[in-house]
Amino acid sequence: MRYLPKSETERREMLDTLGLDSIEDLFSHLPEEARLKRPLNIAPGKSEYEIVEYFRARGEETAASYTSFLGAGVYNHYRPVLVDTVVSRGEFLTSYTPYQAEIAQGTLTTIFEFQSMLCQLTGMDVANASMYDGSSAVPEAAMMAVRVTHRNRVLVAKTVHPEYREVLRTYSQHQGMPVDDFGYVDGAGSLDLADLESKIGNDVAAVIIQSPNFFGIVEDVKAAAELAHKHGALLVVAFTEAVSLGLLSPPKEADIVAGELQSFAISPSYGGPYAGIIATKEAYIRQLPGRIVGETKDTHGNRAFCLTLATREQHIRREKATSNICTNQALIALMATVFMSVYGKEGLRELAEQNLAKAHYLAEGLDLQFSAPFFNEFVLRTEPEALNAELLKHKIIGGLPLGRFYPELEGCMLVCATEMSKRAHLDQFKKCAESVVQPALVAPRGGSL
Amino acid sequence: MYPDNFRYTKEHEWVSIEGDTGTIGITDHAQHELGDIVYVDLPKVGASVAKGGTIGSVESVKAVSDIYSPVSGDVIEINQALADKPERLNEDPHGDAWLVKVRLTSSDEVKGLLSAEDYRSYIGE
Repeated sequence: MRYLPKSETERREMLDTLGLDSIEDLFSHLPEEARLKRPLNIAPGKSEYEIVEYFRARGEETAASYTSFLGAGVYNHYRPVLVDTVVSRGEFLTSYTPYQAEIAQGTLTTIFEFQSMLCQLTGMDVANASMYDGSSAVPEAAMMAVRVTHRNRVLVAKTVHPEYREVLRTYSQHQGMPVDDFGYVDGAGSLDLADLESKIGNDVAAVIIQSPNFFGIVEDVKAAAELAHKHGALLVVAFTEAVSLGLLSPPKEADIVAGELQSFAISPSYGGPYAGIIATKEAYIRQLPGRIVGETKDTHGNRAFCLTLATREQHIRREKATSNICTNQALIALMATVFMSVYGKEGLRELAEQNLAKAHYLAEGLDLQFSAPFFNEFVLRTEPEALNAELLKHKIIGGLPLGRFYPELEGCMLVCATEMSKRAHLDQFKKCAESVVQPALVAPRGGSL
Repeated sequence: MYPDNFRYTKEHEWVSIEGDTGTIGITDHAQHELGDIVYVDLPKVGASVAKGGTIGSVESVKAVSDIYSPVSGDVIEINQALADKPERLNEDPHGDAWLVKVRLTSSDEVKGLLSAEDYRSYIGE
């Protein structure tokens, strides 16, 4: 809880500074009908203790004690206590862009570690110091491909997170970068390579796919890369569930990897702040947006770190920078760095295995929409609203009804299980799912695209 | 230092004309001001360039600077050697380290460019 004192004297001072007589004057420009003519409906004069108690009680009435099977780009994973211990240190909290290497070796070291670990996980040569989030990393990767190939059209798989595709369209509309979709195989839920092949041409700068895709399905990155490269396009591989990198082979056939690191100890927090990442091959490093920390030597010959290739950044190149709409999410990225350090290679693999095992335990015996292999999310055929209502009775938040994003998947729900899903909850979910059956008329199996 | 048969721009590029081919580079003054050059970004062969349009950029340890074409034309050749040896731009900017060759689409444009003498006085030499 924050302590925000505001005495009558302070109110007066603020009003005087603004040249106003009363609080009412502050809102005088608003239309009459939009203004509240009575005090807010809050009981006056409660003690601090009562206020804390009040909110604690209200919190218990909400979803705080519920278990969740929601995924779809934001995942419920365990956050090691060490994460907050490290990121709440004042040295990290106060630092932003470490332009002055001589006073920022600590921050620069953590960013260098972050980049190095992400290169290992993605199979790329270089990674930047982070992006806002996965959804903005994807259009940045597309624009990077446009600069590299001197082409301008982008093909994006329908199995890329629908909101990422929306952000891509927002970016593209003023970039002269037309964006077209290509589909997925009806019963499988994986990339429709034939559809991709029919749409690709020598004007395509980038083919964008996601793996595991929005339906949780692991895509054939190699096949997509071969097809893209055959036509001189770059392959961008996006990811939303970073934990999958602990188990899947790195998407090293990609030219650019763009993803979201929320799964690495960044709490869901109603959608942000998160941290994204773009990694690429060394040949494209000069088109990589954002900051890059490099290893160097100080005047005494000691190992040291500094911002490198900063000549293409906005503080130097202004409007001609590689990007003016990205940043270095240093503090949030540090959460991911600490997470990766705590888990290590083996730990991350075990964590990914647990996710895989729990999701597959949950899916067993249920009516799945797609047949292709999945990681920790899958598409369930059911009556989504009815199932979610049933689950809520058991203090379980169910999955995401897909009709909103995919009209052809009305009657389907995206379900996610992680290491946080307890056996009892998994069993309860299965029991509820078996009791709620998808009405046959809503969407026949293998429904059209 | 500044060949008399070249024409120059106030943005510090030079062009040398032979028939309908123009060879474009940056001046010795430009390389000196930029400092150690670490990367050169050039257009693709076949690209069309307009007089005053960007044909690439030169990156030094201090800055990235755009290269503006002194003439209009179609790019017929780029200096591939600079990809591996960008430092050649510091060593021989008026010779070996030319940047691109273009087929001129408007021969009149050259008349508006600076002579070696004009350029020298422009940069105060």
